[in-house]
Amino acid sequence: MKIFVCVKQVPDTETKIKIASDGKSIDTSGVKWILCPYDEFAVEEAIRFKEKNSSATITVLSAGPDRVVDSLRTALAMGCDDAIHIQSTENADSFITARALAKAIEKEGPAYLVFTGKQAIDDDAAQVHQALAESLDLAAATVVLNAEYGDGVVRLSREIEGGALEKYELKTPCVIAAQKGMNEPRYASLPNIMKAKKKEVKKMNLSDLGIQETDQKISYSKMTLPPERGECKMISGDVTTAATELVRILKDEAKVI
Amino acid sequence: MKKVLVFCEYTADKIKKGSLEVLSNALHWDGAEVSVAILGAPGKLASLTNEIKNTSAKNIFLVSDESLSTYSPDGYAKAIANLVKENGFQSILGTVSSQSKDFFPRVAIRLESGMASDCTEFSVSGDTIKATRPMYAGKCYAEIDFSKSPVAIATIRPNALGNKELKSGSAEVKEVSANLGGVKAKVLELVAKSGGADKVDLTEADKIVSGGRSLKNSENFKILEDLASVIGATVGASRAAVDAGYRPHTDQVGQTGKTVSPSLYMAFGISGAIQHLAGMRTSKVIVAVNTDAAAPIFQKADYGVVADLFEMAPALTEAFKKALH
Repeated sequence: MKIFVCVKQVPDTETKIKIASDGKSIDTSGVKWILCPYDEFAVEEAIRFKEKNSSATITVLSAGPDRVVDSLRTALAMGCDDAIHIQSTENADSFITARALAKAIEKEGPAYLVFTGKQAIDDDAAQVHQALAESLDLAAATVVLNAEYGDGVVRLSREIEGGALEKYELKTPCVIAAQKGMNEPRYASLPNIMKAKKKEVKKMNLSDLGIQETDQKISYSKMTLPPERGECKMISGDVTTAATELVRILKDEAKVI
Repeated sequence: MKKVLVFCEYTADKIKKGSLEVLSNALHWDGAEVSVAILGAPGKLASLTNEIKNTSAKNIFLVSDESLSTYSPDGYAKAIANLVKENGFQSILGTVSSQSKDFFPRVAIRLESGMASDCTEFSVSGDTIKATRPMYAGKCYAEIDFSKSPVAIATIRPNALGNKELKSGSAEVKEVSANLGGVKAKVLELVAKSGGADKVDLTEADKIVSGGRSLKNSENFKILEDLASVIGATVGASRAAVDAGYRPHTDQVGQTGKTVSPSLYMAFGISGAIQHLAGMRTSKVIVAVNTDAAAPIFQKADYGVVADLFEMAPALTEAFKKALH
C-alpha cells in the first residue's frame, strides 16, 4: 500500500524578501529554507495513517533545486520511508510541477493515497494539489481539516468561507491537501534524524518524466516590492478624545466608514 | 480581441459580490468579449440571470448537470473546460473563493494552460493581458507572462479591482447540458460554523478588526467583536493569538493564515511580525492601537494610537456608535 506525500521547500516566514538583479525572481542569498508548514501536516497525516496500516510505505517527493533534499530529509526524519527528488528549476510553474509529480507517482505507484499541503507559502499559488489530482485522474479535496480512513474510502471535511465545512466521501486512490490544524505535526527525534540520513533519496530529472522546461505555461516578467506607506499619523490625547478624533478621520477624511 | 469567460458563483439566489466585481471590470475592458458561466443542477439557474442579463456580456451560459446539485471539483472543472473548448475562450476568470481555488487548477491541466492565483490586478487591452499577483503573502508582487498559455486562467482577489458599473446591454442566456455522466467527488453535506453562518469571511471582508496576543484570552475578544458589530467588520487575529488558542485558525491573518485586503484594517495589540504584515499590507487604510510606540505595526499603519487596547477598543465602539447613529 503506497502512500505519497508531495512537499515543497520554502523560505522561512520571517524572511525579508529581496528582488534579484534580474528583476524577475527573488534573491535567495541568506534565505533560511524550511519544509512548508502546510506540508508538515501532510507528512504527519501520512505517518499517522501508516501507524494504523502496517502494510503502508510512505514516499515523500519534492521538485526543485538540490537544496530541497534537506526538506526531504526533514520528512524522512519525521517518519517517511524513502524520498524522490525531482530535479527542477527555481521558478517552475504549478503546471510543470504537478505534471512532474504525477509522472513520478505513476512510475513508483500505484498510489493508495497522496497527501500534500493546501498551499506553498512562497508563491502562494495553491494549485499543485488539484492539478496533480487532475493529471492522475483522481478525486481530491483541498484545505482538509479532518479525515477518517475506511476501506477504500476517505470521509473528510474541508474548510470553506467563514469556517464552514464541506463534507466529502472520496474513493481511494485520492489526493488530500492538508489545512493547518488537521493534526499536530511531530518533531523528529535525534535518533530518527540520524536514521533519515541513511534513507534513500532517489533522483529524477524532468526529462526522465517526459517533461521539458519549455512546457512551462506561465512565468514572471517582473517582480516588485510593495510600495511603502506614507508616515503613520499618530493620534494623541486621552482615550475618549483620541477615539473621537480617529472616528472623525476614518469617516470624513479616509471615508472608509 | 480576447474572448473572456467569467465564472460566477452564487449563494442562495444571488450572484456573489466578488463575481460581480470581476464581471463589472471585465465589461469595461477594451478588446474583451465577455461571457458568463453559471454552474448547477438543471432548472435551478435561470433566476440567477436577473442581476446580469441586462449587461453588455455577450452570453450567459447556464451549464447544468444532475451531478452538479452541489459543488464538485472535478465536475466543475470538466464542465468549464468543455465550455471553453466549444466556444474558444482565451481567458477564464473568477473571484478568489474556496471553489475557484479548488477547481481552476484542474481546468488549467485540462486545457494545457497556466493559471495565476489571487491576482490583485488584471486587465485586458486589445490582445494584451496584464496581470499582477502577490507572492510570499504580499512581501512582493509578480507580473505574469501568459504568452505560452493557450488560455489565460486567473482568480482575482475580492476588493482588489473595485466594483464598477455593470455596463448595460442585453446578454443572451444559453442553457447548456454538461453531460458529465457522474463525478468523482462532490459535497455531501455543508456544515455552517456555529454562530458564524452570516459572518463575512476575512478574505471578502470590507472591514476587519484584528487582535493579538495582548488580548490575553479568548473571552477578551468580546471587546473587538462589539466594535466589529458596530461597523460591520469581521474579527481577525494574529498568529500569536491563534497559536495561544484565543481564536480558531480560520481567523488568522498573515502568511500562514489569510491574506486580506479590506478597506479598513484595525489592529489591536498586534506588534506587527513580518508574517502578519505580509497578510494585511494591501488594506486600504490601516489603524494600529498598541501600548508600545516602537511596535513595527506603526511603520505600516496610516493612523496610530499609543494606548491600552482594553480602554481604546470600548472608547472606539462608543465613538463609532455616536458617529453612525
